[in-house]
Amino acid sequence: MPKLNFNFTSDRPIYLQLVEQLTLYIVSGKLPPGDKLPPIRELALRAKVNPNTIQRALTELEDQRLIYTERTNGKFVTQNIKLITKYREQSAYTITQQYFQTMANLGFDRKTTINYLKKEKNHE
Amino acid sequence: MSNSQPLLICRDLNKSFGHTEILKNINLEIPRGKIVGLLGRNGAGKSTLIKLINDLLTPTSGEIIIDGGPVGVHSKEIIAYLPERTYLDKKLTIAQTINFFAEFYSNFDSAKAKQLAHELNLDLDQKIAKMSKGMQEKLQLILVLSRNADLYILDEPLGGVDPATRDYILDTILSNFREGASVIISTHLISDIERILDEVIFIDHGEIILTDDADKLRKKHHASIDEIFRQTFKANVSSDNY
Repeated sequence: MPKLNFNFTSDRPIYLQLVEQLTLYIVSGKLPPGDKLPPIRELALRAKVNPNTIQRALTELEDQRLIYTERTNGKFVTQNIKLITKYREQSAYTITQQYFQTMANLGFDRKTTINYLKKEKNHE
Repeated sequence: MSNSQPLLICRDLNKSFGHTEILKNINLEIPRGKIVGLLGRNGAGKSTLIKLINDLLTPTSGEIIIDGGPVGVHSKEIIAYLPERTYLDKKLTIAQTINFFAEFYSNFDSAKAKQLAHELNLDLDQKIAKMSKGMQEKLQLILVLSRNADLYILDEPLGGVDPATRDYILDTILSNFREGASVIISTHLISDIERILDEVIFIDHGEIILTDDADKLRKKHHASIDEIFRQTFKANVSSDNY
């Protein structure tokens, strides 16, 4: 089991932040397909949040089919690679959107924003 | 024990001392399996409400129903209460205190208390008088959480503790509260504790101002419970000396 760390801000629902961060662990492969999730209590202790909050986040992830429950056996990461890829692309899209939005808030037009990306690429 | 029934109900609860109304028309339900924050400024009525629930005070009017029955022998059996001030007998050792609790409460788990004391590196033969105030507070929390209760009521468990102790207390609550049991934590130090709360109750001037699911409140206000609390009570600031 990889080391799962969670960071929360208090101004947004904690269960949503848990969903986001666990999704990130799954799409990045840190929680690999088919891996068993730690028990709710352990996750609660690790995240220092209420077990009910963990439960709520896991229910959401289950609705999204990113995890599934094997009766009596626990919860597992989906083995559906296609789905993981879909969420991964979705994350990339969201991050890109956020970047453009932040740059727009700073007053940069689209062209300049893209130029910044190109400049950043040249730095690598 | 039916699980659909709330663990604790307060109905039209009033408490006055002489002509001073301390609690006004409190209506409240605490479900099973939740960690609930009872949040209010100093003097809001938190401790009075807790004392009523623990049968240490008698309501002026209204009723309290716990696990389907009135306050009394049964409710005391299923409620584990951590008072604001320490009440341990300082002449006793930790082991003697654990034995005392085991005799006093039928649902006390001595093995668990010893285990938790061990994890804190406490020497069971040490006298309580020799322990630091912080350690005494931790020991008291251990003793309360070692009871197999249905409702844990912790009155200001974080008052005056350092950040490391605060983390210990929160961890200990999270890892020890039993499935299906509920915890009521009263505090005015909201940012320290809001992460572990399912539900919050705001109390001010003896009245319930608001009760809601913690995450729903954050979503609605795009703010932390701490900020919401401050905003809610800002309007009242001019009328008193906060």
